[in-house]
Amino acid sequence: MSFAQLALEEQAILLLAALILFTSFSLLAQTRIISSIHLFAWQGGLVAATTAMVAFVHHEPHLYISALLTLGLKALLIPWMLHRLVMQLAVAREVETVVRPALVLLAAAGLVVFSYYVALPIERLSPLATRNTIAISMAVVLLGMLMMVTRRQAVTQVVGFMSIENGLFFAAVVATHGMPMVVELGIAFDVLVAAVLFGVFFFQMRESFDSLDVDRLNRLAETGEGEEIAP
Amino acid sequence: MALLLAYLAVLGSLFSGALSLGANRHPALLKYGAFPLLGLAGAAAAAGGAEALRSGEVLTSHLPFGLPWLAWQVKVDALTGLFLLLIGVVTVAVSFYGPGYIREFQHGRHSLAALGGFTGLFVAGMLMVVLADDAFFFMVAWEVMSLASYFLVVFQHEQAANRRAAFLYLLMAHVGGLFILLAYGVLAAFGGGFGFEAMRGAELSLLWSSVAFGLAFLGFGMKAGLVPLHAWLPEAHPVAPSHISALMSGVMLKVAVYGFIRVVFDLIGTPHWGWGVAALLVGSASALLGVLYAMVQNDIKRLLAYSSIENVGIIFIGLGLAMVFLGSGHPTLGSLALIAALYHAFNHALFKSLLFMGAGAVLQQSHERDLERMGGLLRRMPFTGFFVLVGCISIASLPPFNGFASEWLTFQSALQGVVLENGVLRIMIPVTAAMLALTGALAAACFVKLYGVAFLGQPRGRRVRHAREADWGMGLAQGLLAVLCLGFGLFPTAVVGTLDAVPQLLFGSGLPHATAEGWLWLTPAGAEKASYSAPLLLVGIALAWGLSWLLLHPRGRRTVRCAAPWDCGFGPLTPRMQYTSTAFAQPIRRVFEPVWKVDEQVERITDKDALRVVGLRHQLQISDRAWQTLYEPAGTAVLGIARRITRLQTGNIRVYLAYSFFTLLVLLWLIS
Amino acid sequence: MVDLLSVEAWLLPLAQTLLFVTAAPLLSGWVKRVKCRLQNRRPPSLLQPYRDLAKLFGKEAVVAETASPLFRATPYMVFASTLLAASVVPLLAVHLPVAAVADVIVLVGFLALGRFFLALAGMDVGTAFGGMGASREMTISSMAEPAMLMAIFTLTMTAGSTNLSSAIEHLLAGGLVLRPSFLFALLGLMLVAIAETGRIPVDNPATHLELTMVHEAMILEYSGRHLALLEWAAQVKLMLYGVLIANIFFPWGIATTLTPEALAGAAGALALKLAVLAVAVALAETSLAKMRLFRVPQFLNLAYLLALLGMLSHVILEVGA
Repeated sequence: MSFAQLALEEQAILLLAALILFTSFSLLAQTRIISSIHLFAWQGGLVAATTAMVAFVHHEPHLYISALLTLGLKALLIPWMLHRLVMQLAVAREVETVVRPALVLLAAAGLVVFSYYVALPIERLSPLATRNTIAISMAVVLLGMLMMVTRRQAVTQVVGFMSIENGLFFAAVVATHGMPMVVELGIAFDVLVAAVLFGVFFFQMRESFDSLDVDRLNRLAETGEGEEIAP
Repeated sequence: MALLLAYLAVLGSLFSGALSLGANRHPALLKYGAFPLLGLAGAAAAAGGAEALRSGEVLTSHLPFGLPWLAWQVKVDALTGLFLLLIGVVTVAVSFYGPGYIREFQHGRHSLAALGGFTGLFVAGMLMVVLADDAFFFMVAWEVMSLASYFLVVFQHEQAANRRAAFLYLLMAHVGGLFILLAYGVLAAFGGGFGFEAMRGAELSLLWSSVAFGLAFLGFGMKAGLVPLHAWLPEAHPVAPSHISALMSGVMLKVAVYGFIRVVFDLIGTPHWGWGVAALLVGSASALLGVLYAMVQNDIKRLLAYSSIENVGIIFIGLGLAMVFLGSGHPTLGSLALIAALYHAFNHALFKSLLFMGAGAVLQQSHERDLERMGGLLRRMPFTGFFVLVGCISIASLPPFNGFASEWLTFQSALQGVVLENGVLRIMIPVTAAMLALTGALAAACFVKLYGVAFLGQPRGRRVRHAREADWGMGLAQGLLAVLCLGFGLFPTAVVGTLDAVPQLLFGSGLPHATAEGWLWLTPAGAEKASYSAPLLLVGIALAWGLSWLLLHPRGRRTVRCAAPWDCGFGPLTPRMQYTSTAFAQPIRRVFEPVWKVDEQVERITDKDALRVVGLRHQLQISDRAWQTLYEPAGTAVLGIARRITRLQTGNIRVYLAYSFFTLLVLLWLIS
Repeated sequence: MVDLLSVEAWLLPLAQTLLFVTAAPLLSGWVKRVKCRLQNRRPPSLLQPYRDLAKLFGKEAVVAETASPLFRATPYMVFASTLLAASVVPLLAVHLPVAAVADVIVLVGFLALGRFFLALAGMDVGTAFGGMGASREMTISSMAEPAMLMAIFTLTMTAGSTNLSSAIEHLLAGGLVLRPSFLFALLGLMLVAIAETGRIPVDNPATHLELTMVHEAMILEYSGRHLALLEWAAQVKLMLYGVLIANIFFPWGIATTLTPEALAGAAGALALKLAVLAVAVALAETSLAKMRLFRVPQFLNLAYLLALLGMLSHVILEVGA
């Protein structure tokens, strides 16, 4: 079945999927902390919109609840929390230096191709028209990991982590029409708890190192040459 | 007929070489004997090649030389014909160019006999390579070609840098030759003979055919100057006399391409698509890195040499596409890509020879090869300037010249990648096409730099100020190539129609749609997919130009007033205020910074109180990364191994006797 | 193939090229007007670009003594190549016979040809500005051109043809399809168009400040009718990109038959689309500051990335479905 023969709603799902991938790329390229939090919020919003769209197309009312939950949590609450944290820690205007940004983006494009390659056999199993999005969601997960690898700021690391979660959730929605409600609620709660924990962690880290650079954590290694850390 | 002409060509170039042996006594012998003879040989090769291409028939013969059980076998088919034509055309141009160019060597210390002799031998060697039909003859011809060109590279041997470059060239040519020999070895082992006919019949497993492909790719790629084995090329090609540089860059690289096509498409049989991917990757890397390195060169001939690497990369992109398509069972598309590659090979021979000849004319007239000291040459050498402009437009792949036609075909074949089943390939091929687009755009920037800095503006140095137009023969040679550049651009249908014989020969599938709509329309994959009409395009340009001139040009009054250029009111402009070659390339250098190894130092010179900066000293050295990452480690490793091996050499005669003794024992044991 | 002897084969492209050439200053005037409105200035008349051109054509051309013949040939060359590029883009009617002469890759080649000569002319006189402009222009275009081709490849892979006329026909026949690849290609192409037509934030057509000049630096030595031709060519180029974007991504309204009503409707639809695009350009020019030259590669990297994403999403999401 060619793309043009799909229903407009299904095309819209694919379009949203592509946009989610784009936000992942933008997250990788964005060096301002505040902007990356905003981008993360947009990604959450897009995931929520996709979920709602899937719910509408396939008449799965329980997905509406997931969509609402995603919207509230990932597009509003967590970004708001991160935003407030960043303001309190006074790192809002900080700009991270990424080594060779063009190379990172190139690697990201390579990862997309790779996830496409990996997802091909899985896609053959799925009867859904939106099965191609599995590759996209896997790419979102991998790009989130790449972001965590290439960044040093603790806040952007958390954003990367959360976008991995977005990718996983997105995969669940488009490939299997969502997980059971209990699981979803559990995960949502987990993410929230994680966000809170990260907040606490940021403050601890700041107090110990006077910085949010995760490379400073190297000092915690027993073999490291770092000076003694005050308790 | 074709075979006879080819023999005549080989004999003619050999005689031309022999004739010039007396040139040290009688320099006129070169001008009136050797070069005309070389030209005739070139014409014979071109005629024979054209005949073979047109008729598409296959002629074979034997020569009474060679091993007792393997006479030298000779064959002329469409593929050979194409390359005969290519060698012939450039040789004809060189024969016009040569007499004027070598005038400066006449009263020097250089041996004209060596120059003429090795030139003849070099051309003969190249002709024999494409004629050879067995591995033994092929390797002999290959060595003749390599060695003759080595002596031509080392022609101006009084400079140590030239000797070093020539040695490197010799070394690389032989390492490459070794790989080619091994590739033939693999094929011969399975085919049961050194004749190409036997190799064609060989049944190879995928593993062994991949080994043969890898060896051939390494060997021919080394000669063709593919990245990362390219570093010898920009050292060796520019130091030869310019008409030899034209032959080396324009023709000899194509002979390497010929060898690759012969082995991979003809002898091994159907290529595997994975090899195509390898060729695509290496080709794209060569194209991009070649043009980026060309961009930052200030020596005009080095720049051209690096640009040859770029063009060979483009040719290998085409060949890679052909292999991918063939390997996945799309022979029509495979022939499209192969034709695009061959077309570009021919075009590159034309415009690169033209540009080297133009650079040679500049070099001869001004003794200047540094772009930083050039400028304003168009006013001083109008004909050379015009021809070089044609070459620059062609190599920058701008319509309606020939470089564009072949790149357009490559794009078209890449765009057909949608038909492939493999999803990753489907992504990779358009991305390669985008790399090709980037290469093309950078090439345009590079040749704007070359032409703008050398031929336009004001002279930056003393020497070019006194440059005069070169000898008429040199102009004629460039004019011939320039006309061919335009002709090959304007009539792509005729070229593609002729080249069709090569894929027909190699895998029995041509390009039926390409010329189906008549000579005006080139429709490589069917009229509904894409079409291009260069003749109508030229009509369009002429029409648009003519109309805008007719309508907008005022008549009846003085049309322009000449005045001094705008100097912002600060007093007269000097040539030193112009952008230099380095300055022109600086933004691109900054964007693609990691590509080069750049050593830039700025030193401030202050007055004695160290308060005021009175001067700045800027030093910039850009070197090729291939040196430090590949060549130097390889060199160190070889030296290290050699040092280990010298331990065998103790200097004690009894130890040497013991070596012989043990060798004898082992041999006796082996044969028992 | 095209019947070269038919009147239609010649008349239609000629008429549409004429329309292109005459309407191009109007579009520039409109952009200027919207910009003035947005910046609370009193706008000039919509016809001001025509007056400027007429004024320049009436003036004597001053050529530098140091200039070569290439300098005087370049304005005609640039104008002719831009004209030719414009003649193969379907403007009002989908069916354009000359589109078969030159496909979209040739169109890009034509723009490159004009740029090549313009950059050479910039270096011809031997002033510092000319070389500066040429160097910058070639740097920018060497990154913009591949991004443009990549975006275009995405489209042609969907339409199965590089012939603009048949590609648009194919897209029109498909109706409304929400292709992710088109969204990315559209964005990428818009960025490229901004860079290639020398608009803010890449270049500023209204400035002669040496630190920021690109296009203006190359044509600094031109005057009189030569300058008029170059300015006009730049206006045609702006319109060309506008029409390309409007007719490929929003092909609705373009005439499929050659009746007067259909053509009038197409003209109206095109005017509307271009007017909206121009407002977008003016908005961007008003709200964004001109970038430093060395930020431009990042801007074009974004265009490249978008085009690449377009290609990836085409293959991943649209082909396999």
